Amino acid sequence: MSSQPGSHEDMSEEKFPERAHKHEGTVAVAESPFADPGLPPHEPRRQDIDERAAKRSERTVALLFTVSMLATIGFIASYVIFPIDKIVYIFPFGHVSALNFALGLTLGLALFCIGAGAVHWARTLMSDEEMPSERHPIEAEPEVKAQVLADFKQGAKESQLGRRKLIRNTMFGALAMVPLSGLVLLRDLGPLPENKLRHTAWRNGLQLINMNTNQPLRPEDIQVGSLTFAQPQGFSEGDPNYQSELAKAALMLVRLHPQDIKDKRELDWSHDGIVAFSKICTHVGCPISLYEQQTHHVLCPCHQSTFDLSDGGRVIFGPAGHALPQLQIGVNAQGNLEALGDFTEPVGPSFWERG
Amino acid sequence: MSTASHATNDATARRGKAPAGERVADWADGRLGIYSLAKANMRKIFPDHWSFMLGEVALYSFMIIILTGVYLTLFFHPSMQDVTYSGPYVPLQGIRMSEAYASTMNISFEVRGGLLIRQIHHWAAIVFIAAMLVHMMRVFFTGAFRKPREINWLFGFLLLVLGMFTGFTGYSLPDDLLSGTGVRFMEGAILSMPIVGTYLSMFLFGGEFPGHDFVARFYTIHILLLPGIMAGLLVAHLILVFYHKHTQFPGAGRTEKNVVGMPLLPVYMAKAGGFFFLVFGVIAAMAALASINPIWEYGPYRPDQVSTGAQPDWYMGFSEGLIRAMPGWEINFLGHTLQLGVFLPLMIFPLVLAAIAVYPFIESWVTGDTREHHILDRPRNHPVRTGVGTAWIAWYMVLLLGGGNDIVATHFHLSINAVTWFVRIGFFVLPLLTFIATKRICLGLQRRDKDKVLHGRETGVIKRLPHGEFIEVHEPLSQEKLYTLTQHEQPKPIEVGPEVDENGVQRKIGTMTKVRAKLSQGFYGEGSQIPKPTAEEHVEITSGHGHH
Ligand code: HEM
Ligand code: FES
Repeated sequence: MSSQPGSHEDMSEEKFPERAHKHEGTVAVAESPFADPGLPPHEPRRQDIDERAAKRSERTVALLFTVSMLATIGFIASYVIFPIDKIVYIFPFGHVSALNFALGLTLGLALFCIGAGAVHWARTLMSDEEMPSERHPIEAEPEVKAQVLADFKQGAKESQLGRRKLIRNTMFGALAMVPLSGLVLLRDLGPLPENKLRHTAWRNGLQLINMNTNQPLRPEDIQVGSLTFAQPQGFSEGDPNYQSELAKAALMLVRLHPQDIKDKRELDWSHDGIVAFSKICTHVGCPISLYEQQTHHVLCPCHQSTFDLSDGGRVIFGPAGHALPQLQIGVNAQGNLEALGDFTEPVGPSFWERG
Repeated sequence: MSTASHATNDATARRGKAPAGERVADWADGRLGIYSLAKANMRKIFPDHWSFMLGEVALYSFMIIILTGVYLTLFFHPSMQDVTYSGPYVPLQGIRMSEAYASTMNISFEVRGGLLIRQIHHWAAIVFIAAMLVHMMRVFFTGAFRKPREINWLFGFLLLVLGMFTGFTGYSLPDDLLSGTGVRFMEGAILSMPIVGTYLSMFLFGGEFPGHDFVARFYTIHILLLPGIMAGLLVAHLILVFYHKHTQFPGAGRTEKNVVGMPLLPVYMAKAGGFFFLVFGVIAAMAALASINPIWEYGPYRPDQVSTGAQPDWYMGFSEGLIRAMPGWEINFLGHTLQLGVFLPLMIFPLVLAAIAVYPFIESWVTGDTREHHILDRPRNHPVRTGVGTAWIAWYMVLLLGGGNDIVATHFHLSINAVTWFVRIGFFVLPLLTFIATKRICLGLQRRDKDKVLHGRETGVIKRLPHGEFIEVHEPLSQEKLYTLTQHEQPKPIEVGPEVDENGVQRKIGTMTKVRAKLSQGFYGEGSQIPKPTAEEHVEITSGHGHH
């Protein structure tokens, strides 16, 4: 423990494994061409010897500080003068808010000039003579260390912690347990997952509502070559859980030629070539938004996962791990598209219990 | 009255009244002991080098962030209450949004100077993290992390990581379409965690994503929890810098036992204080000239919408790269799903960071060096360390590139597929290549230094010798230069020692000892350093036949 002789002593070489050259110091110091010549003498600046140059520096610094004051006045004036909604064209920045532009530049100038003034002052007028200051090793002297260890032993002994095991063990137990209360208190941060992630708002008989028009979708509304987005009937933007429900239920539809559909189940779940897939990417949940008509591929803009809508939503490319879930659809008596149930598997990103 | 105060009174009476400043200082000293504190620190010596300012940039941008952040809290409403926009920005009028988004719109369009402060806050955050990263590189490449500064290296590293998360939580507060996409990404990443994923997600969001709670929760984390921890770490970081005294570059008169520079008062007070204003001024001008995070263009968050080219702030880019490059591996077994495509990147993310954090400890173990070091290394004199550093940067950069694979692809007319494969292969290969290249460059530079020491500096002057030969005149280096180029030590690698001891008995050599010797060989073996010129070589050449 205390067997580190001389370790506190100025970075001794002893402990280092074999050193290549025991430093050039072995060649008589005075003769060594590589010896440390010591600090070079200080070279005075213009300002140190020429009072006129020093005066010039003084004026420069004062000028910078004055410009700063003027800029602050400019800042306050801009705040008062420019209406907040005034947009101006300034080359090359384009159309910008006049207020933001003026406030930012005046503030920037006011600050910058203080800084430039102070730095110029330091560089040209304050002494630039370099001087050495000693370093002291950090490790304590052995006596200090011995004293501390002795004090600690004494304190530990007086506490009787080592002797009275019962106290020690129960104390550790109590200290280990008391944070549990804090942990328990976090329980109400949120509900348990249960099977919340397995279900969406879709149910048998719910009509598909067009996201753009807010009207029930009819098969003829769905054109070849474009994505149509839908949500379940009964959704309203004002609902308290609208966002969370939409995050699972968002749906996209495309019309394919039935003979182009390669997947048997996909064909079964389609209506007249119209297929409905979850819009939520199975990677980490971005909404999918890009559709390529010729290949029937959809692309997630977040990390470029690509899914083949003519082949059961299979992953073609990218980091997504499984196919997009499909929703089985049909038409109701009014001729509107409707869901024939919920998704049969969880939508969106995978999770441990997904299975 | 005590005799002591009597004596003081006498002294004051004799001198007349002390100046007001001194009396205030006396008052404070009697309570805080400021004179002893000032004695140690007021004229503390700091060495000068441009690279020592990088840490200052980080410190000052942190201060700017706090200042502007407090201002933002006066106007920002951390609430996900549903409201309908009725402010002056026409395209969004009548649109439903969260109060957080609406109040950020209010800050941007109705509070005078609000947009400026928002943009300063955001620009400062970007500068802050960039400055920390570059500062860390400076410390790394010069070996400033060596004893006694390893703990401060860890403090700095923690600041970098916490800064990234503070930035991420702040970025999410306005609840706009772009940041919401980032939060969704985070939810997906949490869900990928085995066993606890769904629970953590429910607890974090107060139910299903996005719920009504995360803005308020992120707000507390963003303005109180993380900045509080960071402020503590920062103070500790600075106290240690003062306590250890600053490192210095090698040069004449600079030793392990001194520090050469100029005093805090007045030079560094003026330079550092002034530098704060310079940084603040530049960031304010950036906020005036360059728009950042124009949330009105993205619109409020909706889980069924996304903007193309969605990108996080740059400092999160490398995690984005990890997730984009990863193949979509997903394992199903016994009714459970392990989404490796997301979970592995989530685990590699801290590993990339930890790789750089633990390096000082690995190096000190390999070298067995337990001495203090205050003279910085010239990066070339440590080819392996320098190679590891650049390899790490290459690693980081590949991932950053991967995070923008769509932008890279469209910009350079490449296929996304090609870029992604480049990142996948580059992730493994580029760091290696970078390491090898860097090491060779360092060795080349060492050779050049040796040449310069032995043969002097090339002057570009050509001389014709009497017998007709042309030579270039070499000018000998100054003593200072010679010292600077030769002062570094060149350790020998650790040897395992013979397999049998002097009595012919088989010695047991542990695996760790062998690994350590191997690594040490790699660090300091023949292929890793050019033996520096010896004084004898120099004497021989300079006194003998002159130029070669
Ligand atoms: C190291 C620390 C910090 C970083 C990196 C950081 C970064 C950010 C970023 C990137 C934003 C998004 C700004 C935007 O809308 O474009 C933000 C928002 C915000 N920050 Fe910070 N911040 C930090 C500390 C603080 C502190 C200490 C406070 C308050 C005391 C604060 C208050 C706020 C507020 C109120 C917002 C939301 C208002 C808005 O977005 O306009 N931040 N922060
Ligand atoms: S979320 Fe769709 S690819 Fe990542």
